[in-house]
Amino acid sequence: MAEAAKMQVSDEVAIQISGMNKWYGQFHVLRDINMTVMKGERIVICGPSGSGKSTLIRCVNRLEEHQQGQIIVDGTELTNDLKNIDKVRSEVGMVFQHFNLFPHLTILENLTLAPIWVRKVPKKEAEETAMYFLKKVKIPEQALKYPGQLSGGQQQRVAIARSLCMRPRIMLFDEPTSALDPEMIKEVLDTMIALAEEGMTMICVTHEMGFAQAVANRVIFMDQGQIVEQNEPKEFFNNPQSERTKLFLSQILGH
Amino acid sequence: MTISYTRTDMLPAMAPPVSQRGLVKWLRENMLSTRLNVALTVLATAFIAFVAWNIFPWFWNSVWNAGSLAECRAIVAASAGEGASGACWAFLKPWWGAFIFGHQYPVSDRWRPVLAFGLLFVALAPILFAGQRRNLTIIFSVVAAYLLLTLYLASAPGLAFALAMLLVAGLVAVSQVQPERLLWFTLLYPALCFWLLWGGSIWSPIVAMAGFGVLYAIFRFASPVIGFAPAAGAGVVAAVLWWLFADAPLAGTLQEMIPVDLLRVPSDKFGGFLLAIVIGVTGITFSLPIGILLALGRQSDMPIVKMLCVIFIETIRGVPLITLLFVAAFVLGFFLPPEADFDLLLRVLILVTFFAAAYLAEVLRGSLAALPRGQYEAADALGLDYWRAQRLIILPQALKISIPAIVSSFIGLFKDTTLVVIVALYEPLKGITHLVRQDVNWKGIYWEPYIFVGVIFFLFCFGMSRYSKYLELKLKTDHR
Ligand SMILES: Nc1ncnc2c1ncn2[C@@H]1O[C@H](COP(=O)(O)OP(=O)(O)O)[C@@H](O)[C@H]1O
Ligand SMILES: [Mg+2]
Repeated sequence: MAEAAKMQVSDEVAIQISGMNKWYGQFHVLRDINMTVMKGERIVICGPSGSGKSTLIRCVNRLEEHQQGQIIVDGTELTNDLKNIDKVRSEVGMVFQHFNLFPHLTILENLTLAPIWVRKVPKKEAEETAMYFLKKVKIPEQALKYPGQLSGGQQQRVAIARSLCMRPRIMLFDEPTSALDPEMIKEVLDTMIALAEEGMTMICVTHEMGFAQAVANRVIFMDQGQIVEQNEPKEFFNNPQSERTKLFLSQILGH
Repeated sequence: MTISYTRTDMLPAMAPPVSQRGLVKWLRENMLSTRLNVALTVLATAFIAFVAWNIFPWFWNSVWNAGSLAECRAIVAASAGEGASGACWAFLKPWWGAFIFGHQYPVSDRWRPVLAFGLLFVALAPILFAGQRRNLTIIFSVVAAYLLLTLYLASAPGLAFALAMLLVAGLVAVSQVQPERLLWFTLLYPALCFWLLWGGSIWSPIVAMAGFGVLYAIFRFASPVIGFAPAAGAGVVAAVLWWLFADAPLAGTLQEMIPVDLLRVPSDKFGGFLLAIVIGVTGITFSLPIGILLALGRQSDMPIVKMLCVIFIETIRGVPLITLLFVAAFVLGFFLPPEADFDLLLRVLILVTFFAAAYLAEVLRGSLAALPRGQYEAADALGLDYWRAQRLIILPQALKISIPAIVSSFIGLFKDTTLVVIVALYEPLKGITHLVRQDVNWKGIYWEPYIFVGVIFFLFCFGMSRYSKYLELKLKTDHR
């Protein structure tokens, strides 16, 4: 299945990052990042904890500010211009490790909030869209419950649906399964695989190597704030080039 | 010996064992569990019995009808024997009006505060019980009954009585058909209440409210043309101009053409619980939005906004309310031009509001800091701008966490209204009680007026406290 999906990559650029550097105070967290993501491409980013993976994808929707270089998302360059930031954010969906659902709103309200207030979609239409995506992530029956009443896997699927309701062109995932119990990981991965098969442009920070092998066009390995190696999944796993990559792979695949 | 084991049948869930329940068990576990506990229980029971034994006769021998304290004492002596103690509540008969309205509020116009108080609940109901038709109906029925009775007792003029009833009936009808429309009444209530309490021409509050209409109209029509912020600015400027220049002449002209007015009652004639409630309700209403803005300002990225908020909050919190009231009453007078007739009560209201707002801001800051960062990030990632994120995501959660603390500070504010005695306003606890104790007929009375005032304050504060409990339960969605 995944092989067919991999064919759909277009030659249009979705995200262009060039010469990007970022510091937290004195700490040089991202160093000279260069990276191009095509429309429809699915990229998995892995690397040891603290290597800057989260920081990198959070720069893409400007949850973090970069100090040097250029990030262009869907033709819009990220600068201090609030208009551009809002435009990019409404076109880039993001799924967090800890779901970050709004606990005071029902599932349905979580899903319709941004479309109603940002996209100005009429309430009724927003609710129909929300139900459509809830069906897609296979939990339409939970629409009127509150996030606190759902399991972790269900909450993460709601979070994915919440992003999809904004009809994003790009989806960012920051370790979406690492806060989940093993039995719930699969249901979330299945949702993400289905999304990949529809041709969504995705950047996914994850250590689920099975997922990477099944859907990724490219795997990027980061260490100490730098891109150390990138390759298509088969080559990446079977024939890693750098010593760091080999060490990392042996550690996560070793047990 | 074998260590291999396989369960063949799964055990069904069973009810817990039937253990003894009820009072005896509870007593044994909670009151008599250890020797120390037994001793404490006995001591506490003895203490309660002792206190009750000494106070009970005083209440039991209460006298409600008498012309003076001496007469009260005589009645107690006659009925309970020489030397018996008894409470004397008879002072309430001549003085209750002063306790409620202040001794200077015109007796013929007492129906006005009575009506304003009833309508206060009508105005609050759509906010306090949003969308709960049953609660709305209950409140409206109670208010209607209250108004029927009290307006009659306060001998309101027939026209006012009829209009008030018509208004309540109309609002009941609206509450059944389109409850969300009730908020319009809530918005108009401040002007109506102002007019009822202070009197004067009806056109002053109407023309003043029209200023807000001007603001909105300009904003509405200008914002598609010149953008959101400039339109808001233009609206505010226009409204201020309206209040400065158009307000007084227009209200005067209208009053000449169609005179509708009530007897004017200046602020220094307000007293008793009327005063406490006016200060309390105004303070509560305005301190909440101001407190929210201060809390957000203190978290702001803009250094100047942040600094101003910090200075405001810390200054006000660092000074006792009594000092602020002194400033309001006496010091401000030196700085204001002598012809500026700046109402004393208005000054007190402003300072009390600021005082409460500074405390609220700190309470809210705590809850804002307690929210997980992920909530802000999720709101940002969805493309919500700052104000929408605050209004839809952050504040509802922060306010919910701080309901108990917010209501506590409101209760504190309401009780602090008694401090205005320091600037010679006749609040109930010291102001009016003092008058009672100076009355020749009641000279020597001590406990009773204080108990009476205390009980009324308790009823209000307990009401607020229960409401906070209700709200917490209603908004509980985290299912922890
Ligand atoms: N807000 C911050 N301030 C300072 N340092 C940070 C901040 N966020 C992350 N870091 C540091 O930046 C580095 C990269 O973090 P992160 O991108 O979260 O790594 P990863 O997601 O790969 O585990 C880590 O060393 C982390 O301690
Ligand atoms: Mg991370």
